[in-house]
Amino acid sequence: MTTAVRRRRAPAVEPVETAATPGARRGAAWWLPVAAVVLVATVLVAVTIGPADLTVADVWRSVATHLGLGGALGLEPLGALPDGMVWELRLPRVLTAAAVGAGLAVCGVVMQSLTRNPLADPYLLGLSSGASLGAVLVLVAGLTVLLPLAAFGGAVAALAAALGLAGAIGTITPTRTVLAGLAVSQLAAAATSFVIFWSATGDSYREILSWLMGSVAGATWTSVAIAGVAVLVLGTLLASTGSVLDAFTFGDTAAAALGVPVARVRWLLLVGVALLTGALVSQSGAIGFVGLILPHAVRMLTGARHRLLLPLSALCGASFLVWADTLARTVFAPREVPVGIVTAAIGAPVFALLLWRGRRIA
Amino acid sequence: MTTETRTHVPAPSVAGPPDDGLDAARVSWSTAGRLILDGVDVTAPAGAVSGLLGPNGSGKSTLLRVLAGVQPPSDDGRDDGARVVFAGADLLALPRRRRARTLAFVEQEASTDLPVTVLDAVLLGRIPHRSPLAGDSADDRAAARRALDAVDAAGLADREVTTLSGGERQRVHMARALAQEPALILLDEPTNHLDIAAQLDALRILRALADRGVTVLAALHDLHLAAQHCDHVVLLSGGRVVAAGAVGDVLVPDVLDPVYGVRTEVLTHPRTGRPVLTFSPR
Repeated sequence: MTTAVRRRRAPAVEPVETAATPGARRGAAWWLPVAAVVLVATVLVAVTIGPADLTVADVWRSVATHLGLGGALGLEPLGALPDGMVWELRLPRVLTAAAVGAGLAVCGVVMQSLTRNPLADPYLLGLSSGASLGAVLVLVAGLTVLLPLAAFGGAVAALAAALGLAGAIGTITPTRTVLAGLAVSQLAAAATSFVIFWSATGDSYREILSWLMGSVAGATWTSVAIAGVAVLVLGTLLASTGSVLDAFTFGDTAAAALGVPVARVRWLLLVGVALLTGALVSQSGAIGFVGLILPHAVRMLTGARHRLLLPLSALCGASFLVWADTLARTVFAPREVPVGIVTAAIGAPVFALLLWRGRRIA
Repeated sequence: MTTETRTHVPAPSVAGPPDDGLDAARVSWSTAGRLILDGVDVTAPAGAVSGLLGPNGSGKSTLLRVLAGVQPPSDDGRDDGARVVFAGADLLALPRRRRARTLAFVEQEASTDLPVTVLDAVLLGRIPHRSPLAGDSADDRAAARRALDAVDAAGLADREVTTLSGGERQRVHMARALAQEPALILLDEPTNHLDIAAQLDALRILRALADRGVTVLAALHDLHLAAQHCDHVVLLSGGRVVAAGAVGDVLVPDVLDPVYGVRTEVLTHPRTGRPVLTFSPR
């Protein structure tokens, strides 16, 4: 062995690079507890922000009371008005934003890795366009109660169309998947525009626009339950596929050579992403940029290994969307802007900065 | 696995079915009605470096991919009873993860845009050895370090793969394959696009593997390199095996000239005594 590997050239080590990047990576596991603490603090603080002077202690009192721990902890219940503000309005909204942000970030990581496309986001397979079409149809018809169901149905129908189209061409490869998604997406977008153009008037126009930009303004505990359960079940399943996604680092063939059943894994993960995204979109509309940018930002901290990237993206996505939504409802108070505008306004410059600094992600 | 400890005596250029190496028979593959591989029989003895040769489009890459189990089945669904046996086991019937612990495949161009370090890239080779939910164990890291040492790339461990030169990247891909601790390694043009020193590095690594008892089968474009470094060669043309056996039997004008449409002269290397091939137009 020694003769065979005898070196003939000087070892090519560049000390600068060695010191910079991986050093930061080795400590990257610490980001996980830090991000978890930040998320809890974010939720508690974000609930206090807005009209009516609430404190973190007030929030804590309300939560403890509703969980039936008030007596045990010796806490006075909050007054009816502030309690309603915390428990009925702000907490559901903040928690929905957190769940949606976490889910979108995880879906974004999975889609980017699975399609090996740095521009992939959770909506790549036409999910947002499908959901939008479903939502706009019921909004125009005045059946607002059916909105979540219609949005979810639209997303799943778009996914089925995209995967069906990709499968009809042949094996489900990343390129075919993306192209099929694009076709479905364009078609659904055209149909949506047509419906709006043809029949939307006054209020429904505004409602539609707000939904298309993405918003958690109307979130209730039902929204928390739907988005939360979807994230806990599907998000946890997706986040546990780190090793499998790692295997795709050098492409499909490399993954297959490492014993990964590539076609089956791609199907399962795409369907998982679609169901989770569909559930989230049904509650919040199609909030852009979170699923695109968060994965890139977190990857700069952790490197490309998914075991850390997935959970950390979830935590960061949750905190990010809570703050984005807090801005959306406070910056122009008493008017609100759709949170999608805020995520785009923050996301686009941040993305440009990341591209400029990283220069390698795309 | 067994590779590390096996002390197989290197079998010098054995033709015919080896008792302990790769033995594939009747391998066919077709796409869109075109037969790319037509009943190929190929053997690669354990402990030897076998070269898979042939002109462009002769089916070298497809054959390696079929043997590695990474090629989708023929689109007409035929397989004509192909049999791929390694060390007595039917490779294509093995569960994927077990196959990935026996066989490693180094493809021709595997690239990534992701910010992955060399050590992390090599650790990917440990995926078939651990539960999908587990992280890297100390064993995994030790195996990755051993693999990096074996390709003389320990100094690259913390570099990002995207910053490496072609030769360095090729050694890292080999290390990733070695981290799988395979008994059989298949390589598709491992010397492609490399400068001559890097080509020799790659072939030296293959020789060291063979000396440890690993079965090595590499598709090579360069007949001259094959003549210098292989024990056993298989020559493909138009999806069929034209000749197989020891370098001295296959890499001769009578065999090569009709396949490549050139005129071949065989000289003798003044130092190693191995055949040196030169070519001129016919």
